[in-house]
Amino acid sequence: MRVFVCIKQVPDTETRIKLTSDSQGIETNGIKWVINPYDEFAIEEAIKFKEANSDTQVTAVTLGPKSRVNNALLTAMAMGADDSILINTEAPMDALSTAKALSAAIQSEGDYSMIFSGKLAIDGNVSAVPLMLAEFLGIPHASVVNKTEYGDGAVTASREIEGGTTETFKLKFPAMVTANKGLNKPRFASLPGIMKAKKKPIKEVSLEDLGVSPESSKTKFTNFELPPEKAPCKMIDGDPAQQVDELVKLLQEEAKVL
Amino acid sequence: MKILVFLETNDSEIKKSSLEGLSVAAQGDHQIATCAIGSGSDAVVSKLGQWGVEKHFSCTQDQAQTYNPEVYKNFIDQAIDQWKPDLILASSNNVGRDVFPRAAAKHDMAYMSDVTEINLDGGVSITRPMYAGKCTAQVTFTDDSAKIVLLRPNQVAVNEVNKGATTENVALSLEESSGNSETVSVSKGETEKLDLTEAEVIVSGGRGLKEADNFKLLHDLAEPLGATVGASRAVVDLGWVPHSLQVGQTGKTVAPNLYFAVGISGAIQHLAGMSGSKNIVAINKDEKAPIFQKATYGIVGDLFDVVPLLTEKLKSIQ
Ligand SMILES: Cc1cc2nc3c(=O)[nH]c(=O)nc-3n(C[C@H](O)[C@H](O)[C@H](O)COP(=O)(O)OP(=O)(O)OC[C@H]3O[C@@H](n4cnc5c(N)ncnc54)[C@H](O)[C@@H]3O)c2cc1C
Ligand SMILES: Nc1ncnc2c1ncn2[C@@H]1O[C@H](COP(=O)(O)O)[C@@H](O)[C@H]1O
Repeated sequence: MRVFVCIKQVPDTETRIKLTSDSQGIETNGIKWVINPYDEFAIEEAIKFKEANSDTQVTAVTLGPKSRVNNALLTAMAMGADDSILINTEAPMDALSTAKALSAAIQSEGDYSMIFSGKLAIDGNVSAVPLMLAEFLGIPHASVVNKTEYGDGAVTASREIEGGTTETFKLKFPAMVTANKGLNKPRFASLPGIMKAKKKPIKEVSLEDLGVSPESSKTKFTNFELPPEKAPCKMIDGDPAQQVDELVKLLQEEAKVL
Repeated sequence: MKILVFLETNDSEIKKSSLEGLSVAAQGDHQIATCAIGSGSDAVVSKLGQWGVEKHFSCTQDQAQTYNPEVYKNFIDQAIDQWKPDLILASSNNVGRDVFPRAAAKHDMAYMSDVTEINLDGGVSITRPMYAGKCTAQVTFTDDSAKIVLLRPNQVAVNEVNKGATTENVALSLEESSGNSETVSVSKGETEKLDLTEAEVIVSGGRGLKEADNFKLLHDLAEPLGATVGASRAVVDLGWVPHSLQVGQTGKTVAPNLYFAVGISGAIQHLAGMSGSKNIVAINKDEKAPIFQKATYGIVGDLFDVVPLLTEKLKSIQ
């Protein structure tokens, strides 16, 4: 069997965002790039799938500039993916054009059982690429999944939504599952894993190879702004009872939220 | 512009987050249609005229009443084919995010989630947070494709209008399902509380609460406030509360009217998810805790003293 796992590189969550001088983007100098945290759950899920189905090939796929995103693929392969596909482009690609490219790359590989991805990428929080990809491939999906079971050529996937409600779907292979935290515990790459990853194949393709124009994005992020400086915090003194009285008064009279 | 607003309803009530979309559409001179599953109900349709809705697409078939993304998508595909909107508005929530990316791919439309500001004068201008709120960006549309805009709940005001239109109800019939996606079960959670992303008041707790059982203090505080309880990642990782309560860059991004951070230090990842809140109250025993840099009101003190007193006080003024 064949499974794919889509991974995206994003700025580390510790990153303090600075804007470029023209405010049309963020300053990327000095940013530490990591695998999107939710994609780690997707990689783990793919490796667990392989462990349960020994003839499985796990392929990591990413779209981005090679010089930067190659590392993400190496990490995925160090964790246990067998090989990778790198769609090498410097072009800024929105969710729709990214999904188009991923779909062309996956389609050219032949049959597969599952595609795993993160529920969202924490850079833009767009949460659209996996479902667009599923639509282009004509396969069913379950999103924000925290529990899975596989059997009979199908996956049973659950997700928790508003108010603690749980929805459970059964999807026939091939299917797309987007991973939430709680789905599993991602393993760390072991030292032997890291050594082995260096010898695993990375297939590099261009947007041109896939027949996707680098100008096919319909949306573009512009005019970035940092949040306005907050007025300094009003510190409330006194003993706890006085503090509470004063706070409630401020919430009623000044903030007018009670 | 032709606008299609996707509505979510509870029986005959239109959810507030859907009214926000209707409000946006109703400002200005647009042709508006709506669509909703499970609401052929005349009660919903009778409320739509005031918003200037010409057409309402509904579906009351049994198989549509249990949530399934394929079924919902099929319904929306049909509404799109019939109305041919230039703009679709829906809420950026578990349904919107689960259905509309597929619709955008199928109909080759521009798509954006989590939109916090929208203006329809002379085109569609939208703004949204990036990096979980560390900054914002405008979204420029590079061609004139139709657009799908998912609005984050609680960001745009509901402005009642009275357009007095007559709304035609169009019942759509679902296509035969592919059989590839089946809903096995939907089990309701115990809480009737609003989701964090839709709550107007949030009471969040962190490691300062010392142990899981002490979250009771926050539930008590949430009661008189009608608040939803949230948490820092530290206490989610400790297993005190489920991940669905986590606020922050790898949890939920929230922007309520009032946010209480109780025993939370204010790590950059937590701040990213909540600093858009309109009023922030921090209760922390460490006056140097970074949370005070983002807070509107700060109490330096022991939460075990302050929180029960605050709960009592709030109850007494109810
Ligand atoms: C990749 C990544 C992603 C992350 N994503 C998130 C995220 O989405 N959300 C998130 O919240 N964190 C996230 N974190 C974790 C974050 O870095 C912090 O570790 C976490 O937010 C700390 O939680 P806390 O404030 O509850 O705990 P602490 O930092 O331990 O703070 C506890 C606070 O309680 C106060 N306190 C203690 N006792 C009392 C008392 N009796 N009365 C009053 N105050 C008291 C202390 O002074 C302290 O300020 C992430 C980290 C990483 C690496
Ligand atoms: N450039 C990309 N390359 C590969 N996978 C991606 C890319 N962008 C997004 N994804 C996948 O789609 C998920 C959701 O991303 P997003 O739609 O950007 O929020 C991510 O967690 C990845 O699994």
